[in-house]
Amino acid sequence: MEGDAELQELYREVLLDYFRSAARKGRCDPADMRAHGVNPVCGDELEITAELKDGKVSKLRYSGHGCVISQASAAMMAEAIEGAEISKAKALVAAFKKMMLENGAVSALPPELEHVASLEGVRKFPLRVKCATLGWNTVVQGFEAIKS
Amino acid sequence: MAPLDAKTLRADFPILKRLVRGKPLVYLDNAATTQKPRQVIRALTDFYEKHNANVHRGVHTLSEEATSMAEATRTKLAAFVGAPKPATLIFTRNATESINLVAHAWGRKFLKTGDIVLLTEMEHHSNIVPWQLLAAERGIRLEFIPVLTDGTLNMDKAKELLAKGPKLFSFVAISNAIGTVNPVAELIKLGKEAAATVHVDACQWAPHRPIDVKAWGADFVSFSAHKMLGPTGIGVLWGREELLEAMDPFLGGGDMISRVTLEKSTWNELPYKFEAGTPNFADQAAFGPALDYLSAIGLDAVSAHEHALAEKARAILEAEGMTVLGPKDPAKRSGVVSFNVTGLHPHDVGTAFDLEGVAVRVGHHCCQPLMNKLQCGGTARASFYLYNDESDLEGFARALRRTIEFFKAKPKAGVR
Repeated sequence: MEGDAELQELYREVLLDYFRSAARKGRCDPADMRAHGVNPVCGDELEITAELKDGKVSKLRYSGHGCVISQASAAMMAEAIEGAEISKAKALVAAFKKMMLENGAVSALPPELEHVASLEGVRKFPLRVKCATLGWNTVVQGFEAIKS
Repeated sequence: MAPLDAKTLRADFPILKRLVRGKPLVYLDNAATTQKPRQVIRALTDFYEKHNANVHRGVHTLSEEATSMAEATRTKLAAFVGAPKPATLIFTRNATESINLVAHAWGRKFLKTGDIVLLTEMEHHSNIVPWQLLAAERGIRLEFIPVLTDGTLNMDKAKELLAKGPKLFSFVAISNAIGTVNPVAELIKLGKEAAATVHVDACQWAPHRPIDVKAWGADFVSFSAHKMLGPTGIGVLWGREELLEAMDPFLGGGDMISRVTLEKSTWNELPYKFEAGTPNFADQAAFGPALDYLSAIGLDAVSAHEHALAEKARAILEAEGMTVLGPKDPAKRSGVVSFNVTGLHPHDVGTAFDLEGVAVRVGHHCCQPLMNKLQCGGTARASFYLYNDESDLEGFARALRRTIEFFKAKPKAGVR
């Protein structure tokens, strides 16, 4: 269909694949890190749990309900951050936010965030940016909770 | 009742000519706010260009004109809702403020620790939160009439809860979230038989169906202008005169006083006792032509027209095997169609519709308790009004099919 180009621009195939993926859905139990995020616009909730070992996020899982964009973005976050050192994980979140919130160049994304480029189209929909950032903001809350 | 001619009416609404994302606007978000006819827009411009001055205490010509234009709306409004006295209609900022006015000025004076305020699970947050605040402050108890799975109120439970003797019974006439039309007259009657003070949230009723406050017999009715062709920033509270007289003021300041000394003040007469400070007189004046517009068409014709469109939209959704919330019985439904595309979050539905130029609202519609009860996080909602027509239905159907195809959404289980 003629209008589908716009839908495809926003909902790219890679993004839909992440949305459908169950790879890191679920919970770590017991967990060394736990965070609960809410998108006040729609009431969507996301729970992130993680196991930490030797300064690394050894395992990370997310659960909750959300739209295609928030779920796909959370899946990308989980993939990028699982296995990373905590300091590296924080840098990845910062790189994601630079792209999403400050219109940073997609080409400047680190290799770990290669697929995050598929969220580029979301920037044209200001009301949906909060969907894309939910998972990333929630994991930051988790890191802050460990510190305190 | 003469049926309305939407095609002709559409010419009065300039915004309906615009394109959204390159497509003709299909505006189906009327339960959130309606578009404005030229008559209202012109009245607002005229007011600022020719009559603007602060109302009431002025003795100059402009102030007199402004006052009489703003007050003319109150008189029209009284006729519109069947109130014998215009002074029983209070202008607020919005219906939320109207309900807060009741909670503060009536609730704080007449509710005591242990008193019950009866609400329903169907309420908008604006008819829950003010009472929760009052409950925390005054120790009143909140009870809720349960909603059945078909989105109607459990009337047996309503009677049981009313038998507990609530001091106040406050309920929504038509659900903004799922379009259930409640048995308003019956609920008011039951409330009054139980000796409760009754408040009706008529935000989704007033724009679509006639109100006769005398025939209803409730104590308070609230609604807002912007959902009925009027400007934003104008809410309405109608109250029974003796109740309004017995209540303390809501906000203190200018306009609401009779006499002020440094020791104490006495209150102005109705309705000004409840209208502290410079009122929103320009919008008040421009609300008058909105009421004229609706009266000329007739609300029976409006509700018949939008109900027919909403039922067709429901049929389109059901033919595709999608979930439609609310009662099955058309007689219990308004011009609101709340739905879900199987397996898809309402926000994705809303964005996909927007790309077709179709404006629908998505999310919990400020009714999280109702959404929890119906076990859905949110819905997409199409709400129709007098200027919608078959072309909007076509746009809606096109957006729906495109969304289903793109996301490969399947019909719900059991539907082929």
